[in-house]
Amino acid sequence: MSTTNRLTKPGALGTASLDTVSVSTAGSKRGRPGDHETRGRRPRGARRKPNIVGGIGAWIWLLIIVLPIYYILITSARPQAGFFSSNQLIPPTDPTLDGYALVLQSDFFLYLANSAIITIASVAVTVFVCVMAAYAIVRTNSRFTRGAFSFFLLGLAIPLQATIIPLFYMLSKAGLYDTLLALILPSIGFAVPVTVLILSNFIRDIPKELFESMTVDGASSWRTLVSLVLPLARPAIVTVGLYNALNVWNGFLFPLVLTQSPSNRVLPLSLWTFQGSFSVNVPAVLAAVVLSTLPIFILYLFGRRQLISGMTAGFSK
Amino acid sequence: MSATRQLNGPRVAGATTNRRTGPSGWMVAPALGFFLVFAIIPLVVALYLSFTRWDAITDPAWVGFDNWASVLVDPVTIDALVLTIKVIVISWIVQTPISLLLGTWTAGKQRNRAVLAAIFFLPLLLSSAATAIAFKAILDPNFGLSASLGIPFLKQDWLGNQQLVLFVVIFIIAWQFVPFHTLLFQGGVRQIPASLYEAAEIDGAGTVKQFFNITLPQLRYTLVTSSTLMIIGSLTYFDVIFVLTGGVPSAGTRILPILMYVTGFSASQFGQASVMAIILAVIGLAIALLLTKLSGFAKMDSQQEGL
Repeated sequence: MSTTNRLTKPGALGTASLDTVSVSTAGSKRGRPGDHETRGRRPRGARRKPNIVGGIGAWIWLLIIVLPIYYILITSARPQAGFFSSNQLIPPTDPTLDGYALVLQSDFFLYLANSAIITIASVAVTVFVCVMAAYAIVRTNSRFTRGAFSFFLLGLAIPLQATIIPLFYMLSKAGLYDTLLALILPSIGFAVPVTVLILSNFIRDIPKELFESMTVDGASSWRTLVSLVLPLARPAIVTVGLYNALNVWNGFLFPLVLTQSPSNRVLPLSLWTFQGSFSVNVPAVLAAVVLSTLPIFILYLFGRRQLISGMTAGFSK
Repeated sequence: MSATRQLNGPRVAGATTNRRTGPSGWMVAPALGFFLVFAIIPLVVALYLSFTRWDAITDPAWVGFDNWASVLVDPVTIDALVLTIKVIVISWIVQTPISLLLGTWTAGKQRNRAVLAAIFFLPLLLSSAATAIAFKAILDPNFGLSASLGIPFLKQDWLGNQQLVLFVVIFIIAWQFVPFHTLLFQGGVRQIPASLYEAAEIDGAGTVKQFFNITLPQLRYTLVTSSTLMIIGSLTYFDVIFVLTGGVPSAGTRILPILMYVTGFSASQFGQASVMAIILAVIGLAIALLLTKLSGFAKMDSQQEGL
């Protein structure tokens, strides 16, 4: 019954998005042996008979995924001397961290800091303005908020690539070219549509009575936002926060087009320049790849459920 | 004033509508502002720039339809468009069956499923730049992985060969994004009511039959969502190609966004590049609108009727 409920929620592109969120938070211990059916787990469409084709496919795909990652990891620890003559599949007999050392000495921490600044700033502002917007969209039924919502939906389809030239023009005119702000502002602009969509779908599920009792108690809309919406929407906020962080952290095109000087370089762009300057030092280049992914990987270890639901929240049904 | 408020308060809140109790609409304004200034207005500016000659040094000079005329008849643009469509179609054909299969499988309850699903997700953590750099090293014909595997077929100039490089790009895109679409399908499969499978089993339908008669039809909306994202994604593919080809993409990989970048930032023909930007935006929006219409989201309600 609950399945039917979830599926019949009307809406456009991101219908029923929060299923993923609620399911994943409720069943976050899923996969542990002896785990009983928890509240969020409804009858699954799992098939009784083993899916043999799927099983074989899954193991083949596992190999395809793991082999490059394995290669990146072992090669990043390979000594540069004799690199070209060694068999790439076998872990180095004399592993070294020289590649990592070289990367760390090449202003890595500056790029790391730049990436951290643009990610944290973009995500913080995005979440702040989008929680407000989603709250107003759900609770105010005016032509303005409805129009804004459809407008955001349309925004999901705007290719980011189409805006790089005008953004380059506009930000140069504004004197912001080659600043971190030039990366933060458009990142927020492009994060807004999907964030509003996910958050408003979530806030819509907060029982109306809670809002009404807040009003009866004389709470202002700010008060309601802070003491009702923020705490109750926390899972969704974490989800969109992680999702947007991943996007901004890994973004390549905006930094490529909107910044220039090494002092404003972010990690993905630094990989590109490392590749240019180390060219033949493959272990160092791959060490840079590993190091740039490490922060996101740590985030993944701690917030796997939220991150995964974030990736699919706006789209799955 | 405050007395009126107090008098009005409970009545409004308790009864008929919640129209008056809601927060004011201006709370949408900051988000809308960011979205307008950094996503919508750029499209308008791109339209303006497409009618100018601009080299990023002097100010844009109005040239009317010159850029449009030259870009639209240029065989290079046509080639880029054809190549873009090729990438879209082949990517879809490669990614959809794999994602469907893996999604259906990971939705099940097999042992190891959780572990495998966690590993499948890893490529999504890497930036496109990192992925492209890693694959560039892996595919190097002289000292890459292919050379070490000892299979002669794999020892090819994957990135230098104009025919091969497109498929390499499509493979890398699949490597990166199949996990995402797998997640979508996994979520979709899990929402299919178990009763459907129970009924099918009573009727004696086998696994394959169940897949084609229950799973696939039930996933049609997920399929549309996944396809939309796949198509828009391939339409705008940039990072991997740019990094893989060292910033100087050859004809074999020059899809529209790449051609736009090269025309603008390498050849300083920003006016012509803006024409391509507008074409990109129009195609993107058109595809999204078309697929949303086709998918019949409005019909969602009846999807599960009678269950």
